[in-house]
Amino acid sequence: MRELADHILDLMRNSLEAGADEIELEVVEDQFNDLLLISVRDNGRGFPAEVVARATDAFYTTRTTRRFGLGLALLEATCEQAGGCVEVLSEPGCGATVRAQMRLSHLDRPPLGEIGSAIQAMGCHAADIRLQYRHTARAGCYVLDTAALDWEPHCPLTTPSGLCRLAREVREGLRQIGSNA
Amino acid sequence: MQAIRERAKAELAVRDSDGNPRIVVAMGTCGIAAGARETMSALLDELAQRDLNQVSVTQTGCKGLCDREPVVEVHVPGQPVVTYGGVTPPVMRRIVAEQIVNGHVVSEYVIGSR
Repeated sequence: MRELADHILDLMRNSLEAGADEIELEVVEDQFNDLLLISVRDNGRGFPAEVVARATDAFYTTRTTRRFGLGLALLEATCEQAGGCVEVLSEPGCGATVRAQMRLSHLDRPPLGEIGSAIQAMGCHAADIRLQYRHTARAGCYVLDTAALDWEPHCPLTTPSGLCRLAREVREGLRQIGSNA
Repeated sequence: MQAIRERAKAELAVRDSDGNPRIVVAMGTCGIAAGARETMSALLDELAQRDLNQVSVTQTGCKGLCDREPVVEVHVPGQPVVTYGGVTPPVMRRIVAEQIVNGHVVSEYVIGSR
């Protein structure tokens, strides 16, 4: 995982594997408090407290659910090396939320990377899931909702052209809000 | 919202059933760690540039071939499904050009065919 966009994609894939059809991604670049926050919330099947407790344990995984393994353990390692932590919240039937935070200015914090490509990869599933993305940076807030996109009929979201356009829109949106993490 | 979803589903169904190629990128943690996000991005860019919008692109979880990631499966109707390993962005672009456009499997990256 070279960039945080990889972790973000991994978290959203967890949601997909948990049967979610709504995913909310939030990223906050908080320079005032020197924090970078990443949160992924879904409406998937959720999981019980004993699983939450072991969620970031790399050696805990169940083939039947396939929800855990290295993903959250790697994310936790990344956050801890950058002065932060990971929080996992869930209840059976109530979806799950993973919140990761890091020191924005920490030398060991990986760059965010191209979030547009993570959104784009999830966009392949736009027929089955609604993705809402909110990103706050220095100069404002960028919001994307795959259910509210106004696509031209000849360029549907799930086609290669539509997905490339989606990535471009995210890139442009993040540029406009002065995202530089 | 429901209408958009139904329409998108219908489009996918049409594309899946009308004999067009389908490309599946493995995106388990192992795939992502090995660069599957960039591979997917290169794939979509190459298809869009060539106006190959009839090709459907999807993702899947870990295929159990973690050491060969990024792994990509190419389904061309009427031909064996080809599984490629070590698919970096340049390799992905080659697969589009050579297999999807010209019909030749890029044999040096094939790890299976069925």
